[in-house]
Amino acid sequence: MQTGIPLFPENASTFATPVDTLYVALVLVSIVFMVLIAGLVIGFAIRYRTRPGSEGAKQIHGATSLELLWTAVPLGIVMVIFVWGTKVWFQISRPPAQAEQYYVTGKQWMWKIQHPTGQREINMLHVPINQPIQLRMISEDVIHSFYIPAFRVKRDVLPGRYSTMWFEATKAGTYHLFCAEYCGTKHSQMIGSVIVMEPADYERWLSGAVAGESPRDQGEKLFAALRCDTCHTGLQGARGPDFKGLWGQKVQLSDGSSVTFDEDYVRESILIPTAKTVVGFQQLMPTYAGQVGEDQILSLIAYLKSLSDPAQGGAKP
Amino acid sequence: MSSTVAPHAAAPRPDLPATDGHAVEPRENYLNVDYGWKSWLLSTDHKRIAVMYLITIMFMILVGGSFAILLRLELATPAGDLLQSETYNKIFTMHGVVMVFFFLIPGIPAVLGNFLVPIMIGAKDLAFPKINLLSYYIFLAGITLTLIAVAMGGVDTGWTFYTPYSSTYANSQVALAAIAVFVTGFSSILTGLNFIVTVHKMRAPGMTWFRLPLFIWAQYATSLIIMLGTPVIAITVALVGLERLFHIGIFDPTYGGDPVLFQHMFWFYSHPAVYIMILPAMGVMSELVTAFSKKRVFGYHIMAFSTLAIAVIGFFVWGHHLFVSGQSTYAGVMFSVITMLVAVPSAIKVFNWVSTMYRGDVWLTTPMCFAIAFLGLFTVGGLTGIFLGAMGFDIHVHDTYFVVAHFHYVMVGGMVTAFFGGIHFWWPKMFGRMYPENMGRISAAIIFIGFNLTFFPQFILGYMGMPRRYHFYPEEWQVLNVLSTAGATLLGTGYLLPMIYLPWSLKFGKVASKNPWGAKGLEWQIDSPPTTFNFDKVPIVTEEAYAYPEGSRHQREAEVV
Repeated sequence: MQTGIPLFPENASTFATPVDTLYVALVLVSIVFMVLIAGLVIGFAIRYRTRPGSEGAKQIHGATSLELLWTAVPLGIVMVIFVWGTKVWFQISRPPAQAEQYYVTGKQWMWKIQHPTGQREINMLHVPINQPIQLRMISEDVIHSFYIPAFRVKRDVLPGRYSTMWFEATKAGTYHLFCAEYCGTKHSQMIGSVIVMEPADYERWLSGAVAGESPRDQGEKLFAALRCDTCHTGLQGARGPDFKGLWGQKVQLSDGSSVTFDEDYVRESILIPTAKTVVGFQQLMPTYAGQVGEDQILSLIAYLKSLSDPAQGGAKP
Repeated sequence: MSSTVAPHAAAPRPDLPATDGHAVEPRENYLNVDYGWKSWLLSTDHKRIAVMYLITIMFMILVGGSFAILLRLELATPAGDLLQSETYNKIFTMHGVVMVFFFLIPGIPAVLGNFLVPIMIGAKDLAFPKINLLSYYIFLAGITLTLIAVAMGGVDTGWTFYTPYSSTYANSQVALAAIAVFVTGFSSILTGLNFIVTVHKMRAPGMTWFRLPLFIWAQYATSLIIMLGTPVIAITVALVGLERLFHIGIFDPTYGGDPVLFQHMFWFYSHPAVYIMILPAMGVMSELVTAFSKKRVFGYHIMAFSTLAIAVIGFFVWGHHLFVSGQSTYAGVMFSVITMLVAVPSAIKVFNWVSTMYRGDVWLTTPMCFAIAFLGLFTVGGLTGIFLGAMGFDIHVHDTYFVVAHFHYVMVGGMVTAFFGGIHFWWPKMFGRMYPENMGRISAAIIFIGFNLTFFPQFILGYMGMPRRYHFYPEEWQVLNVLSTAGATLLGTGYLLPMIYLPWSLKFGKVASKNPWGAKGLEWQIDSPPTTFNFDKVPIVTEEAYAYPEGSRHQREAEVV
């Protein structure tokens, strides 16, 4: 359809059709109400306009049944819209288990992206088609927002806390990537492209791209370089907990509470080791704030995660 | 209701027939009672303070509107060729700050509310006239601070001041702007306090709660929101200022703070602030629709209660501004459902206004044209609010031009249209002169068309994915942006017209009678312009609001063709 003015962005992910359908339904409901209200207002303004010989105003105090009607009908409609909108939201907010994890770091004014296989790119995101992909995102400075209109998905990227979003691209092509949360002078130039490729093309791209080490391997090297392994030896009686098989498990803390051993906990423990100490261990660990960047923390996380993944030589949880 | 009889009407002028008062030299009123700067600047008369607010706010509209025109000119092309990004960011920030804090929030309460609240309830002034004057000067101080901030380089955080950008990273006058917002808040609070006490304690005999005009209900509900919400924004901006100066670690994670906490605190005030803007507009609407339909309002009680319902529910929907910010999935669901609920009382109001026109005697004066424009624009704004409350939909259009279009339909299409309608409605009362009716109708039409041309394309842009606050944008969106800019030019013209013919009317307009519209309400029983103490004797109210008799017809006294 060549109308000159496009009405919909490209439909390129599994979310696009559900969101567009909801949009069209909302537009239709709105048209019905607009036509009704505009029709009545214009109709009354003409039919009952004051003029010589007009019959004059008929005083009506109200009509309870009518008022109940136009309380109940809008209420019913908005509740249906609420349920529908929430269903779509659950779909968008719940990634499938097999989603591949990519890492995104936002900073003024660029997007840094790392593939699970180690390739890094800036302001570009190459992804394979028909593959659920989850982005684990963090900002190095202010709040940004990762937005791909063709996928109908966006999520704020916060400093100091991970946020995630997922999508499954359904159509090969190049799409806009925007920062949607105002982040300073060059906010409107914190943009890029998402390139959706057929799996074979994606493999070819991966092999052609400057293949760095995978985040896991970088993490393993960092783990040694930062001397984490002097305390976290993995041996009995070590000064720090053993990470094998720990990922996703509940960990007992020294104050009696417990916490899930996940990305946020690991990040916090690297930066503020005293915040949540595992039961049975002393507060010996120094902070690594200022020594490791967000990218490196993500690599360390990838490494620790692999220690609980039998497929990567880790222990079963 | 009692009628006031002029005890000492001036002698009839020989060149004019002495009929019903409008042809004689006006007797002493609040405008001519005293002359000189001091008599205005130190006046505690609510009407003079309202006029000072009107002049000040009109000036702020011109400032904020000039910023808007610059933004739209810049966006006529995809490249950032007119302004630098830094300047563009400062201009959209100042557009928002000026319009929100110095026009949309105070507009109707400080001008029309100040003028009308005492008169409509049969009082001679507000409960605390000196506090009223104080609130004006605090407002002026807020404006001065803002203008100093602009002169010193401006602010570039967006009117939302999101942390940690505002508290740590921005290199602009954030602290000064925060102080300006902080100070201005006290002006709001004092006005709200004044209205609440006045409505409680100073109603004329017989003016029971359910005889109050709906405009008063709206001012009352608004004042409650102001009293409960404004302290929170004051605390929030104060914390931003403190974090900027002393790195106290409330919002910036570098110092152990939480940036999303700011968003919760900011929107806890700023969403109810939307109702601070729109409820008074709804109050104006009820006055306009009844007066020009010669009808009682359809369903008075449900109109009053829906006003209160909006005020109360409005405090529990702020989280819909955080659907993509990282608030929990289920918190989002709760905020979504409450957001849907707040749409219902607004829908009721629209249907009741429409029903008020049914079998009325509808007179399409300038104020009524604005009222009809309001119905069209506010309905679009309200309906698209439901779109945004649906979470799955919001994720896509959050922080895009869809949101920009939506809130302009509500704020500008709603509040500003009602403000202009109200100013035209009460202009004869405030200044004793009529303006050229046809000019008024033409400007209402231009505003309606210009508004839709400006903002409707922005819904489409938003759905296409154009983020807000973008200085550069992809070329494929230029057509829609050019349409929007063309519309803005038309819209600006529409707003400028009344700013020309209304001041013109002060000298050249036809002298207005007490009640040029033939409307009910105490304000139409006293002189135009009113005397300093409004009523010669305390009025006694014996009937409900809008008690138009059966078969009422307009006399069309004000019609000037």
